[in-house]
Amino acid sequence: MYPQSFTYHRASSLKDAAALLSQLGESAKLLAGGQSLIPLMKFRFANPAHLVDLNFVQGISYIQLKNDALHFGALARHAEIEKSPAVAKIPVLRDCAAGIADVQVRNRGTIGGSLAEADPSGDWATVLLTLSCEVRCVGVTRERSLKLSEFLKDAYTTALATDELVSEIVVKVPRENSGGAYIAFKRAAPVYPTASAAVQLSLEGDRCTEVAIALGCVGLMSIRVPEAEAALRGRQLTPKLIESAADASRAAADPQSDMRGSVDYKRQLVGALVKRATEAALQRARGQQVEVSHIYA
Amino acid sequence: MPEVAQKVSIQVRVNSKLHSREIEPRLLLVEFIREDLELTGTHVGCDTTYCGACTVLMNGAAVKSCTVFAVQADAAEITTVEGLERDGELHPIQKAFGDCYGLQCGYCTPGLMLSALQLLKDNSSPTQKEIRKAIAGNTCRCTGYQNILKAIETAAAKMRSASHGD
Repeated sequence: MYPQSFTYHRASSLKDAAALLSQLGESAKLLAGGQSLIPLMKFRFANPAHLVDLNFVQGISYIQLKNDALHFGALARHAEIEKSPAVAKIPVLRDCAAGIADVQVRNRGTIGGSLAEADPSGDWATVLLTLSCEVRCVGVTRERSLKLSEFLKDAYTTALATDELVSEIVVKVPRENSGGAYIAFKRAAPVYPTASAAVQLSLEGDRCTEVAIALGCVGLMSIRVPEAEAALRGRQLTPKLIESAADASRAAADPQSDMRGSVDYKRQLVGALVKRATEAALQRARGQQVEVSHIYA
Repeated sequence: MPEVAQKVSIQVRVNSKLHSREIEPRLLLVEFIREDLELTGTHVGCDTTYCGACTVLMNGAAVKSCTVFAVQADAAEITTVEGLERDGELHPIQKAFGDCYGLQCGYCTPGLMLSALQLLKDNSSPTQKEIRKAIAGNTCRCTGYQNILKAIETAAAKMRSASHGD
């Protein structure tokens, strides 16, 4: 399969990429890891007249711990995030990176590309919505920093202007006695999850003081579930309370029936994932080392 | 669509041999390898980033060459299945796939061997779980995978003993 012909541009810096986007307009697309864009172009769902390749820009794939926050260059690849010792500070990020598709896709795909594509089935948005996350954007004449919830507008839609691109993702390290976990249910490694759940919580003694719960693949975007969070916040977490958070998540989910499962099936599934992710997050918040991995059909 | 297709020049080292070519930017790496360089050991399976039959190493990392443009491999080092043997001697991974019956029709085998190579470069004694994770992006519709796992374990043991010089 061949994509439609396009003109290739090799960006030398992020600013240069922004300048090219500004000059070429809507008919240009950025090429980061390409693991979604190239298949879309081969199917001719995407037919950009120009591609601006970021892969030859130096120094934009860093992963650094600075001032209690992890900083990811836009081109940090999933495989690099999976293996990064700095990322051990926030184990849920490792759950996410290590579970995306397969080795080959993780070797190419990038965190910046994933967020900028805003695919409702993508993994990063679901996980990062449970953390304090800022997306730094660079344009020809301006730079700005947006909260992830402001950056994501709708399915496949972000706040990025035509001449703007993601330069960095900054994730604050949660305070002591916090833990998070991310679990997706997948039919096979290379495909998108059927549903997924991310949970991040903090403890004071036995009491859960802060909690964020997000669901993936069960709506037009990744969704936070305030009702499920309210069921847990300020309480000592018992199996019964965790079950009620799962029920609230089932109610909040708005899945579509497709080849991955019916509406009812996905609702049941996402509740079970919230339960498992909450249990793992709780163990991690208590300082236990817990290995979390996706569930494969 | 541009009226006259743009051509770009690339230099790629494939199995240690440097190639310079003028190509269209939409040319996929797998087609460059198969059609331009006539190295047909790398296969096209699903052509949709699923099956892994087209797996090659790009600067040491396994990639699905149906999902990389050849122009992105400019200045890169590519290893295909043809690059595994040395002076007529099969690589231990190739030998082990044969010895363990790690293939039936053989269509997925080149991709699986390259995924195994990336794994064993980083991890000389992988567990079964680590092997399964490393080949999760390679689909085999014949074997049921058991003999592939055996082959990779066998290759790992051979490569460990070779590096110890026994």
